[in-house]
Amino acid sequence: MGKALRDVYGESLLRYAKEHENVVALDADLANCSKTCLMGKELPERMFDVGIAENHMIAMGAGFASCGMIPFVNTFATLASSMCALSAKALIGYSRLNVRIMGANNGLSGGYDGATHHALDDMSVMRGIPGMLVMSPSDGVMTDWMVRTLIEEYQGPAYVGVPRNGYENLYEEGESFEIGKAKQLTQGTDAAVFAYGLSVFRARKAAEELAAQGIRVSVYDMFTLKPFDRETVLRAARETGAIVTVEEHSVVGGLGTAVLETLAEGGVQTCVRRLGIQDCYTHSGAYEELVTEFGIGVPAIVSAVKELI
Amino acid sequence: MRLREERVKELEELCRQFRKDVLTVLHEVQTGHAGGSLSECEILTLLYMECANISKENQEAADRDRIVLSKGHGAPMLYRCLAEKGFFPKEELSTLRQPGSRLQGHPCSQKTPGVELSTGPLGIGLSASVGMACANRLQGNGAYVYTVLGDGELNEGTVWEAAMSAAKFHCDHLIAIVDWNKVQLDGKAEDIMPMHHMEERWKAFGWNVWRCNGHSIAELYEAICEAKDRKNGKPNVILADTVKGKGVSFMEGTNAYHGKAISDEEYAKAMKELEV
Repeated sequence: MGKALRDVYGESLLRYAKEHENVVALDADLANCSKTCLMGKELPERMFDVGIAENHMIAMGAGFASCGMIPFVNTFATLASSMCALSAKALIGYSRLNVRIMGANNGLSGGYDGATHHALDDMSVMRGIPGMLVMSPSDGVMTDWMVRTLIEEYQGPAYVGVPRNGYENLYEEGESFEIGKAKQLTQGTDAAVFAYGLSVFRARKAAEELAAQGIRVSVYDMFTLKPFDRETVLRAARETGAIVTVEEHSVVGGLGTAVLETLAEGGVQTCVRRLGIQDCYTHSGAYEELVTEFGIGVPAIVSAVKELI
Repeated sequence: MRLREERVKELEELCRQFRKDVLTVLHEVQTGHAGGSLSECEILTLLYMECANISKENQEAADRDRIVLSKGHGAPMLYRCLAEKGFFPKEELSTLRQPGSRLQGHPCSQKTPGVELSTGPLGIGLSASVGMACANRLQGNGAYVYTVLGDGELNEGTVWEAAMSAAKFHCDHLIAIVDWNKVQLDGKAEDIMPMHHMEERWKAFGWNVWRCNGHSIAELYEAICEAKDRKNGKPNVILADTVKGKGVSFMEGTNAYHGKAISDEEYAKAMKELEV
């Protein structure tokens, strides 16, 4: 395992907050998990821990943003998409406020905490809010870029699903990214694999295994789920005729759904396999074991590609 | 501090006019919330016309005061006040809730000039106000945040989460005013969800508390001035005793006109009463 992305997030937030006085952090008694504790230690006057009061915290963030500040509001991703959905929708999205909703422990990264702490609908809920930027980073370089971009460039509401852990980096320091534009990691015309978050690392690994067997696949990092890079999806479909989507999320409403919507509306007939949580509740376990059990690990990706082509 | 008697009379007259104007619009468009608009009339009128540093000219200024109508269904009276302040023409009031109008059923900051915060779903306006008050303090601008809540809205747990936060973060430039009209959509507040010991509740949450007649310009003004003077690191709440539907006898104290369309006959009767 590489550096945990939550640690990268906490360090980046502190670093950029030091440079930008209008950045504040809010947390709901999870600062040691989200890693906003780093900011709380060094910039206590700009750290607001509201206790266990998630919906209040998100609405409070809206107040900060309406006064020209950039609040990073932190809680578990699964709570962000449920307890915080009202304010995210009715206050933040509706008023196009610069609130950054940071969903910690996204996907299965809550591991042993079990089904209630796995975030399998956050992308789906946040995608449904008009004007909401929805992202999830796949490595440390991208995590840092997201924090910086959300402070220095992007205007409007944003949601980021932050993985608790992390693998080794996929990108070199200084790599450039563009919101709404997929990042291609490998080239191949036999199949295309779309993923976001830590699934990207596993997809690349699967591509390497497939390459050893003579099967060439294009792996795309779909770190922005909204706005969605339809162009790349349609092009990949035309080039390969076989698409696999991989996500630590329910197959209902997430990346797989977005790909199917794109293909259907784009009039491109393609074989698709959606790997993700198949509309069921998960349970406690070690992260990697859950990834394997729920069919989104490297062997599952390899099998899905082989079955499709 | 007391408001000059002359000024009190001017504002009382303005309230009478605002009530007539709001009912005229609601009758015309046959939709919208009458009861809560009438009960909050003096509170909003006093805030906009006398207490808050808000104008069309300073609407972008970081140090302006902010008024949040957390009970967003009281939008008709809010719009009447904003029109009086020149944020949009008074003629526009009759477009309320109509397709293409800037005056939505519930306040929308993206559409309506002068609306500080989009509200509607109850219980989240106070939370946002706490954020505003903390931001103002960080920016060192000395601005006040005035938040108008409904008493039914206090059923929402989020309000009390916000109350805890406001005390923790020492929001003494936050002044919440509860339009305590004791009636909510489904009936009397005491039947729907009794809120006993209201003053003690707020005190227990660490707030400075005032209670006054919410239809008395003079009493409200005095309470607001005292709240601004207190500066003891605690947030402030004014529990304003009001009457739902105030000013129109058959609308007073009932939930029947919470959001019901007003008939021609009712309108004529209401206008007659408000002429006096």
